[in-house]
Amino acid sequence: MELLGLFNYWVFAVLLMVGFYAVIAKTNMVKKLLGLSIFQGAVFLLYITMDKVDGGTAPIIQPGVVDAIYSNPLPQVLILTAIVVGISTTALGLALIVRIYEAYGTIEEDETQRLDIE
Amino acid sequence: MTPTFAIGLSLLLPALGAFAIAAADSRPNLRETITVLVALALAATVATLLPGVMAGERPELYLGELLPGISIAFKVEPLGMLYACLASGLWIVNSIYSIGYMRGNSEKHQTRFYVCFAIALAAVMGIAFAENLVTLFLFYEILTLSTYPLVAHKGDSNTIASARVYLGILLATSVGLLLPAIIWTYSVADTVSFVPGGILTGSLTGPGVGLLLALFVFGIGKAAVMPVHRWLPAAMVAPTPVSALLHAVAVVKAGVFTVTKVILYIFGTGLLAQEPSSNWLIFASAFTILAASIVALRQQNLKRMLAYSTIGQLSYVIMAAAVLTPLAKIGASIHMVAHAFGKITLFFAAGAIYTASKKTELNQLRGIGTQMPWTMAAFTIGALSMIGVPPTGGFVSKWFILAGAFQSDNYVAIFTIIVSTALNAAYFLPIIFAAWFAKPDPQLKSHGEAPTAIVVALSITALATLGLFFFNQPVLDLERALMDQ
Amino acid sequence: MSIASQLPALQIVVPLLVAPLTVLLRGSGLAWAAATAASAMAFAIAVALTLTALDGATISYDMGGWPAPYGIELRLDAFSALLLLLTTGASTLSLLGARDSIAELMGESREPLFYAAWLVALAGLCGIAITGDAFNVFVFMEISSLATYVLIAAGPDRRALTAAFKYLIMGTVGATFYLIGVGLVYMMTGTLNFADMEARLAEVDEVRPIVVAAGFITIGLALKAAIFPLHVWLPNAYSSAPNLVTVFIAACSTKVALYVLLRFDFFVFHGNLVGHAFQFSSFLAPLAVLGILVGSAVAVVESNVKRLLAYSSVAQLGYILLGASFGDVAGMTAAITLMFNHGLAKGALFLAIAALAMHTRGHTLADLSGAARQMPWTAAALVIAGASLIGIPGTAGFISKWLLLQAALQQGPLGVVAAVAVVVGSLAALAYVWRIIEPLYFGTAEGSTAGGSTAAYTATPRLLLLALWLAAGANVYFGLIPAVPVSLSELAAAELLGHLR
Repeated sequence: MELLGLFNYWVFAVLLMVGFYAVIAKTNMVKKLLGLSIFQGAVFLLYITMDKVDGGTAPIIQPGVVDAIYSNPLPQVLILTAIVVGISTTALGLALIVRIYEAYGTIEEDETQRLDIE
Repeated sequence: MTPTFAIGLSLLLPALGAFAIAAADSRPNLRETITVLVALALAATVATLLPGVMAGERPELYLGELLPGISIAFKVEPLGMLYACLASGLWIVNSIYSIGYMRGNSEKHQTRFYVCFAIALAAVMGIAFAENLVTLFLFYEILTLSTYPLVAHKGDSNTIASARVYLGILLATSVGLLLPAIIWTYSVADTVSFVPGGILTGSLTGPGVGLLLALFVFGIGKAAVMPVHRWLPAAMVAPTPVSALLHAVAVVKAGVFTVTKVILYIFGTGLLAQEPSSNWLIFASAFTILAASIVALRQQNLKRMLAYSTIGQLSYVIMAAAVLTPLAKIGASIHMVAHAFGKITLFFAAGAIYTASKKTELNQLRGIGTQMPWTMAAFTIGALSMIGVPPTGGFVSKWFILAGAFQSDNYVAIFTIIVSTALNAAYFLPIIFAAWFAKPDPQLKSHGEAPTAIVVALSITALATLGLFFFNQPVLDLERALMDQ
Repeated sequence: MSIASQLPALQIVVPLLVAPLTVLLRGSGLAWAAATAASAMAFAIAVALTLTALDGATISYDMGGWPAPYGIELRLDAFSALLLLLTTGASTLSLLGARDSIAELMGESREPLFYAAWLVALAGLCGIAITGDAFNVFVFMEISSLATYVLIAAGPDRRALTAAFKYLIMGTVGATFYLIGVGLVYMMTGTLNFADMEARLAEVDEVRPIVVAAGFITIGLALKAAIFPLHVWLPNAYSSAPNLVTVFIAACSTKVALYVLLRFDFFVFHGNLVGHAFQFSSFLAPLAVLGILVGSAVAVVESNVKRLLAYSSVAQLGYILLGASFGDVAGMTAAITLMFNHGLAKGALFLAIAALAMHTRGHTLADLSGAARQMPWTAAALVIAGASLIGIPGTAGFISKWLLLQAALQQGPLGVVAAVAVVVGSLAALAYVWRIIEPLYFGTAEGSTAGGSTAAYTATPRLLLLALWLAAGANVYFGLIPAVPVSLSELAAAELLGHLR
């Protein structure tokens, strides 16, 4: 039961590792970048999970509602920022990949290295 | 002139001189006049400090604090006074000699040569008057760096390889051994000042003393204790005035001077006498003396032979200091002077021979005495002083060192001195004999004596070598001031 | 409310606001002038802030008027002041010299964008140094990193692109690790403010998540700071970036990541986690020693000057980490002084390389042959900076080496091992600096003429020479009068390790 209660954390851990694996193992730069996005997405999930309060509702103060239990709004705000950062990173990474393709004619990392040595 | 001002001036004069020399780049006569004038002014400034120091004064100059407890400061004590007088006095003679040599050989980059020389002298003054180890270290490194262009003067690939050895050994030993030694000293004694009687008594005992001493002795690569001696033969690729003043006087004496100062003012003779772990220094210096003499026997090149002779003579000073008896300490400082006069004469002679005849090898010197009587007479005096024959300065210093060794029944030192005297005779006497009495090769052209400036300079130093035998009282007075404190 | 009280905010706001303005500036040199002016202003602000921090005072500034720990607090103490001084100084000096070589490299149309990215990077780095909020650090770190990737990718050949991409991947992984760590700490304490975090951690009973967080944060920042063996992105990034960008990032960007690392590990965790000090030093000290040895060894054999200096940086980061891993005030003071002094030395060295590179074809040691004859001033400045890197007395490097060795010798037998590593590193530094200087002065000019350029020596831009000599002068000045960095470092070390009292 406790294990199921930690379901979100399991998902976080699995996603994190899937993303990390792709970053390390893939030589294709787009796949690397995809892995990076999954990796970051996992962390967003960690933050969203921690703000949940049992029985809590959206943290919006409404007239007439007193003593309501709210979820913690701060992690959501934080993660909004982190998402923006993540998107910028992905955009910049993709832009770099385009330039790399123009310069090398390939987006495989090992091939670019080989081309540089030559 | 107040003594404090004189200390500052003796540091500033050569440094400012360097700028003036650089500014006079295109006018050789003006440039060389400046060099000689600065040398004269420096010697005069240093001389004004002498009476006060003899009378027991210890003038100080404080420049500022580098780190808490560590300052850049200067303080004149007898040993430093002696070294400063020696270097500044011989710089005058050497400047005259340089003019003759550099013009006689039409060397390139003469301005760079004079500029670096002046900077080196400024560093020497800093070393002589340093109040603490860190100040000394600062000027020690400046001396290394400023002499590098002098050693690499010729600029061909062979010279650069030798100069690399020179710089590599001196910098590596100082950064790798001397700096840790200084920091170790500071961390146990909480000070790095030179204090009569030492600063380590009570804060360091046992094998640590021997180890720290080793870090110092080998870290001060300029003292050329084997196996960190290789830079000195390498430095012989430099023009002869550099070898004469720097690698017979200023730089190598900076090494033995620093070692002596460390023994007297950092460890203190009391501590070293108590600690058996420091005894190795006698053996190391004795080994260096004998090994260097044997290597010198086998040299064919005159300057390289003189370099190995220097290595041996330097270790005399260190051995004398390590004997730790009062007479030996006097011997150590007189030997610094006697060797300086003698060896600079020998190098001047070597340079004179090169300028006049382009000869550098020992077997080319047969019969040269008839062609260059002044030069070879001076050479003979210098060589006799190296061996320790009266009436030369070398006899006086060897006398004191031997007497000091007998005072403490140090048979290793006595044995070493006797054997090395025989070895010195073995490599100097054949040269003198051949120069005066062998028949010259009849096919060789006659070349005559070296330029006047050179002959004047080497005559002065040869006379000084003889003079030290008869008039050594001022030096002894200075030594007494050292003992009294 | 006087303008003086707004200085902490202006430190970030000035470069951040000028950045979009630069984009709009067309015409030759305008964007450069605006960026340099903004950077100089940031430097002036940093100097003003440092003057107050020298008294040991801490300035707290509530962003938007929200009091800490609810709002974001800008917090200036001695440590951040030193970092600000270094960052803004490095940026200003490299911008000062950047005009001609960047104009040549970028072309007039892309120049404004380049300088805008530079200012954004500067704003981010300043933000990291001055903020007192853990999440804010992440945001600024990513702001500066994204801008830095752009700057690196502007390098002259295509390798710059792959280097930037590699750095992007590694940097983002590092930042995300940091984010995980911050999240875990937030989960346990409910706060993001450093000071508040430190106070509240003491009340947390369940320390396991905190230990995990400490691990994530340390590794993430170590990746950003290029601590051995996580340094692989660094040599590529340094060597393929435009020369003046290398000056900027080599002088300060890894230092800033290290700054956050030290702040977290010592200010926040050190007093609250049992055994953390031991874990930190037993884990990082061996890595530091390895970093020193490996970095130095590679530098001794490397033939590309920029890569050589980059590997030297890996070794120097090892020194800094070694000092920090001693875990006492003396070691921390040494580490922080080293951060500053190494920035000075490496910045000056890369400036000299940048000046040389305007005339030589490539960056190999052979390309530098004989360049000292045409460029005596540049070569002389390089010698001074090199001496500082080795630790010759009279230069800033000597001061930090002295402090580090002294701190090491207080550590007992293991400290002696550390001292030996430092000494070996210094000897290696002697060797690799010499490998640059010797061809510079004594090499024949064959190497550069063989490349096809018939020694078209034009005068080095005056401003670049000025920047170079300012940097070299700083190395000598802080070597002879080291009071400012050393006392700031002492204050910073005392603040970081305040809980030891």
